[in-house]
Amino acid sequence: MRGTIIRLARMAATRGLFLFLAVVVGVYLTVVIANMGGELDKVRTAQIRERVGLSILLNPVNRQLPPEQLRELVDTEVQNELHRLGMDQPFFPKRSFTYLWNAMTLQLGWAERMTSDAGSRTVQLILVERLPFTLALFGTANLLLFFLTLFIALFLSRRYGSFLDKVTIALAPSSSAPGWFYGLFLILIFAAVFRVLPWGGLVDAPIPSTTLGYGLSVAKHMILPTTAVVMSTFFASIYAWRTFFLIYSSEDYVELARAKGLSSSNVDMRYVLRPTLPPIITNFLLVLITMWMGQIVLETVFQWPGLGRVFYQAIQLSDTPVIIGVIVIFGYLLAVTVFALDFVYAIVDPRVRIGVGGERR
Amino acid sequence: MRNWLTGLRGLRRYPSLVAGIVVIAMFIGVSIYTVIAIPYSQAIALWRGGPEVTATNPKNAAPVWFDLFTSDKLPRTIIVDSAAGAGTRTEQALGNGTKQVNITLPFQYAYDRFPKDLRLYTQVTNAEDSVSATVSWLTPDGRTIVLQENRSIRGSDVYYISQDEALRAQLSGVAPQVGLLANPQNRSKALEGNYELILTAQVPQAATLDSRLVVYGTVYGLAGTDYRGRDLMVPLLWGAPIAIIFGVLAAVGTGVLTFFLSAIGTWLGGKVDTAFQWITQVNLIIPVLPVLILVGHFYSRSIWTMLGLVIALSIFGSTMLTNRAMFLQAKEAPYIEAAQAYGAKNFRIIFRYLSPRIAPTLLPQFVLIVPTFVFLEATLAVLGLGDPVLPTWGKVLDDAYMEGALYKGYYYWFLEPAILLTILGVGFSLIGYSLDRVFNPRLRSV
Repeated sequence: MRGTIIRLARMAATRGLFLFLAVVVGVYLTVVIANMGGELDKVRTAQIRERVGLSILLNPVNRQLPPEQLRELVDTEVQNELHRLGMDQPFFPKRSFTYLWNAMTLQLGWAERMTSDAGSRTVQLILVERLPFTLALFGTANLLLFFLTLFIALFLSRRYGSFLDKVTIALAPSSSAPGWFYGLFLILIFAAVFRVLPWGGLVDAPIPSTTLGYGLSVAKHMILPTTAVVMSTFFASIYAWRTFFLIYSSEDYVELARAKGLSSSNVDMRYVLRPTLPPIITNFLLVLITMWMGQIVLETVFQWPGLGRVFYQAIQLSDTPVIIGVIVIFGYLLAVTVFALDFVYAIVDPRVRIGVGGERR
Repeated sequence: MRNWLTGLRGLRRYPSLVAGIVVIAMFIGVSIYTVIAIPYSQAIALWRGGPEVTATNPKNAAPVWFDLFTSDKLPRTIIVDSAAGAGTRTEQALGNGTKQVNITLPFQYAYDRFPKDLRLYTQVTNAEDSVSATVSWLTPDGRTIVLQENRSIRGSDVYYISQDEALRAQLSGVAPQVGLLANPQNRSKALEGNYELILTAQVPQAATLDSRLVVYGTVYGLAGTDYRGRDLMVPLLWGAPIAIIFGVLAAVGTGVLTFFLSAIGTWLGGKVDTAFQWITQVNLIIPVLPVLILVGHFYSRSIWTMLGLVIALSIFGSTMLTNRAMFLQAKEAPYIEAAQAYGAKNFRIIFRYLSPRIAPTLLPQFVLIVPTFVFLEATLAVLGLGDPVLPTWGKVLDDAYMEGALYKGYYYWFLEPAILLTILGVGFSLIGYSLDRVFNPRLRSV
């Protein structure tokens, strides 16, 4: 028992370190790309020069200065400003690592162009403001998807070859399209043609004054995006899990359990679901990761004020601090998920032995 | 030969596989036809648009087959060009070195609805000063309406008849393209019959005058047009080869590489496996789409850059994890142990024992992942990161979304590329899911 705990702790430490390194590499790559390998600094320097130059030229005190002296003044002021922002250092390696360090310690700094809806320019507030909406939409959609598909698949695997089973299988190809694609169709049907649900956005305008009214309005706006997310993977998930269940329910030990006369729900839960949990969990994680990426377009299509949309807007405005902020938060969230998954995996699959998993026997 | 025939007969047991193959074959056929019928450079030019390509195309015109769904006959575009010999022209020499030119541009209007727009393009050559012209309109029931008197024309001139405010006032506030063609008895319908537009101008003796009347219809071609008047047929046709090439190359590139790398990594274990896992974990933290968006925004939007990047980022992607899980289970199998016992080399075990065992289970995934990449191209386009020059389905979707096609009711504009994408995606999916049943016989026998 004590040995197991020590092994678990060692695994936690190595995995944690490993994932942290992964986040570091990922964020550093983002830093480099989002700064165009330092090229963006030229743009920033030019902007600073213009701003500083204008403020000096517009100052009446400086009107009398001869041109050479004025130019000198602008140059020194620009140098001061660059120094203040730390931009007099070269991008490689010094400044890129400063970016990285600030990002990893979650000192996200100030946005260059964007502001939060409340008017703040700190990256942290911009992101914190949007995070609940992303979590609300994708949390709802994913939980719905996970439990619905899992139990429908289990149900269908028991009725292999029935009409319902065949219909579900026939619909599996529907999942090749991403969520936003269904989103556009849903908008076409429910917003454009029937005019029963909103085109997009978070709440009605004017914003309902009561909390209940607000909640109901948000819920109404969530119907279409949630449906779009669910539709985009619903049948493929059912198909994939049904396949797993079918394979495992023809194992000898399941036959034996049936022969022993165990109830079918007992067989399902303890003999079919239990050994198939590892692939199911991997599958769920992968779905989560793809969702994270897909949400950028989905949120754009539905005008949903979440993280994905902020990311897209930040890229369009070349707002590097916001881009890095989103990636860091995303990286940490994902790392935590993977970390938790490793433990779940070890618990549910005794065959993946801790510490010897990847090695040859 | 006989083997092939029996093989083909066996396929009949999987109607969805046959359906999928038929769909994909049709798309490939269309692609080949397109590439031959509309060469690349021509397609690019048509898609770029501009006045020389789209001047006579109506904007946001529905496809002509919309006729089938309405009881009214929807107007097509009518072009009457005096330079092409249409209409009649009379020239009468006046004194003082000038002549009076009279151009009559007749056209037959046989539609119930009104046109989208009316324009008169006039070209004067060899005249130093501007010339003055009078434009009038003759309806089938014999009414004459003077559109404009003493319009001064120099060089090439475009008279936007539908935007003439004075004319609008003269027609008691009705838009000219409606008022000029309305039936006096029933003003909600167009009067069918022969119309004439008459242009009279005094020009210098040496000058030539040519005029072209364009009555823009509300329907155009089999696919309609977009907000810039470009024929949607071009991107719809050209979208097929681009989507197939992008999807298949990306799927093959990532699928095959990931498969063998995960086989090697899992079998060799140790440092190789750790390194692969490390790269995979890092790669999972760097999601593909955001990086694509970043690179698309900061560096290049070319579809080939995107393709290379997609492959590079997906090799150590999530498929690696599922492959690895399968290989991990497979390598514990007794026959692998037996192979080791008789002294088989690593190479032999990986390529002769491990891969063939897993390949059939993964082959369907190769096919199933194609639509994912096809839609990825559309996703990038909808984010405004489509290839800047290539006409693709994604670009059409992007335009339709950006221009509010759903809001304004131009449903065809969104539905045409969307349905093509769906059919192509379903085609590949049908093949993939059927292969799943062919190669995973346990699914059949249960």
